[in-house]
Amino acid sequence: MSLFFALLFIVAALVMVTGLARKIIQYAKTPAPLKIPTTPAPVNRTGVVLRLFREVVFFESLFKGTKWTWLFGWMFHLGLLLVLLRHLRYFTDPVWLPIQLIQPFGVYAGYAMVIGLVGLLGRRIFVDRVRYISSPSDFLWLVLLIIIGFSGLMMKFIAHTDVVMVKEFFTGLMGLSFGTLPIDFPLMVHLLMVALLMLLFPFSKLLHVPGLFFSPSRNQVDNPREKRHLAPWAKAMEEQRN
Amino acid sequence: MAKADFETPELHEFVDVPLLVEDTMAHLSPFVAKPEHNTDLNFPGELVDDWHDKALAKLDDLRGRFRSLQVYLDSCVKCGACTDKCHYFLGTKDPKNMPVGRQDLLRKVYRRYFTFAGKYFPGLVGAKDLTRETLDEWYSYYHQCSQCRRCSVFCPYGIDTAEISMAAREILDSIGYGQKYCNEIIAKLNRVGNNLGLPGPALADTLEGLEEDVEDETGVAVKYPLDVKGADILLVTPSADFFAEPHVDGLIGYGKVFHEAGVSWTISSYASEAANFGMFIGSYENMRRVSLRIRKAALDLGVKRIVFGECGHAWRVAYAFLNTLAGPFDFLDPNYPVPQHILEFTWDQIQKGNLNLDKSANDDKVLTFHDSCNVARATRMGDKPGGQFEIPRNVIKAVCNNYVDMHHETIGERTFCCGGGGGLLTDDLMEIRVKGALPRMTALKNVMEEEGVTHMAAICAICKSQFTKVLPYYGMDMDQIVSIHQLVSNAIILTGQDSDDEEDEEELDEVEA
Repeated sequence: MSLFFALLFIVAALVMVTGLARKIIQYAKTPAPLKIPTTPAPVNRTGVVLRLFREVVFFESLFKGTKWTWLFGWMFHLGLLLVLLRHLRYFTDPVWLPIQLIQPFGVYAGYAMVIGLVGLLGRRIFVDRVRYISSPSDFLWLVLLIIIGFSGLMMKFIAHTDVVMVKEFFTGLMGLSFGTLPIDFPLMVHLLMVALLMLLFPFSKLLHVPGLFFSPSRNQVDNPREKRHLAPWAKAMEEQRN
Repeated sequence: MAKADFETPELHEFVDVPLLVEDTMAHLSPFVAKPEHNTDLNFPGELVDDWHDKALAKLDDLRGRFRSLQVYLDSCVKCGACTDKCHYFLGTKDPKNMPVGRQDLLRKVYRRYFTFAGKYFPGLVGAKDLTRETLDEWYSYYHQCSQCRRCSVFCPYGIDTAEISMAAREILDSIGYGQKYCNEIIAKLNRVGNNLGLPGPALADTLEGLEEDVEDETGVAVKYPLDVKGADILLVTPSADFFAEPHVDGLIGYGKVFHEAGVSWTISSYASEAANFGMFIGSYENMRRVSLRIRKAALDLGVKRIVFGECGHAWRVAYAFLNTLAGPFDFLDPNYPVPQHILEFTWDQIQKGNLNLDKSANDDKVLTFHDSCNVARATRMGDKPGGQFEIPRNVIKAVCNNYVDMHHETIGERTFCCGGGGGLLTDDLMEIRVKGALPRMTALKNVMEEEGVTHMAAICAICKSQFTKVLPYYGMDMDQIVSIHQLVSNAIILTGQDSDDEEDEEELDEVEA
């Protein structure tokens, strides 16, 4: 069983990293031939960095869009971030001080994450417009994440698992030495679902993570009159025709 | 299409987000282009036999050349933030007119043929085969999008449905399934030089007529020059400005401003069109071909500057794309942006005190301003972000005493499209045009009732034409729509103008002092 998980996580990590790298390379290599920032847009690079920062950290556009989705979505993502940071303690030894300090908050974040997800699921079920645009996978992603969050919280509050053993397993795995996992049901579910998420990441709508940084309507500087912007293929076309 | 086969929505105080009613607009498609219009644009004349493979090949080609398309097809998480933002959805209740609903018509095909999940688990991710029905659905619903970008403001990833619509139209064109309105007009422009097909002599006639009218009215010989070599400024303006009310009153205004500014200017008969419908059909090549006419005209006439008249999508292509498509403009005067908007020019003249303005000339009106979608969300005026909102308002306030804004959620970056943009300004799409105007009509009606607004100013040939046509459907008057430069024209007192108002001289003194 432990060997299965060890192999699973190696494969999942490889798939996620290479899959994401492939997509990022694809996005980076595909030119944006025209200046299409949604205006009003920043007129310099610093402004663009700030704009993206506000999008990534505060979900600025979504806040303009719908307050409920923003609230649940932001709760979930911020919760997830803290939870992920908290989980670094299973991969580092000694644990960095900032990670030690956020440990208590990480637990609340777990709740926030699950509440946010349930809210998003509720919207997907009850708002007719959102229900209409949802595919089965859109529901399943939320269910998957809820299971991950719920099984995680269970291990904290209901059926403690041997976290020292889990830590040994993962720190060992990072040096490619295969250890043993405690055989607890919530842990098995938790890890299985996380691995599934990692495997599917590069093939799914989770691509919104790199996507945001490559979105021309958000990452372009508004300076088309000042600076000529020309894609390589457009340049080639020009040279051919002129 | 007869006038009475659809119902105009009723106006209420607010535009409520409707419950979905599927396929309310499935019946509406614009006329298909004639073969010669397609071939003029280097597209196949008629739907090709192997359209299925050709369409997929084109989609593959476009996603490799346009980062926006690739990223936007991948990134949508179906959060729903855009679902209640499109004027066409609000006016029709049709879920395929929700931005994401519209995008998904293409996305489901992209997923089916180009993604792992869609190839092997199509049902799970909503991937669908490309069928003849899909193709007709694309043709119908991608011609119910005005590419106004309102959805892109609210999308957490900045997904812009305009980019998807443009790509879809490019795919349709590439297999010989083009839209009559756009393709016919582009073909006409390539032949004659403008969308209306007005040849040089007709333009000369029109401009002469304007000169006579203005001289009759003011006693001042304001010139409206055509093809004058060595002029400082090339004015490129939508051809509607030569032709119809209220557009032509705007053109009269530009001429008066140039006259008072003491600059020499000219219109080119070769490039007598600001609008570039190449953008509507998403064709970089066609957009470039149209843009190059402006470059050639500027070179042939030896001008130093290029100024664009009031036009929305045109200003997008001019401001954001012209340098890319037809640049570099290193042969023009580097002290001025290329191109400049006529409002930038006029506002600059007002600030310098070069114009003698009598605001009271517009006292018979209470004005509001419709931010044109493409000016608002795809361009800028002046140096600062948001100048595209401030400069038009500044100019209006400099020439009118009575101005109020419409509801803040319907102006600025959140402005609603007039309902006729993006290649929809054709009678065969009247139903979607009328229904799509609902949010703007509601906001206008509110300020009419609450603030006594009588007129709405616009800076786009499409907005002006669309409102002229659509206002009566909502029980309002077509004359309520005016050009900003029409207001400027009313207020401006030309140097040496016969004056019957004693205030004029005082103001003149002030300006001179």
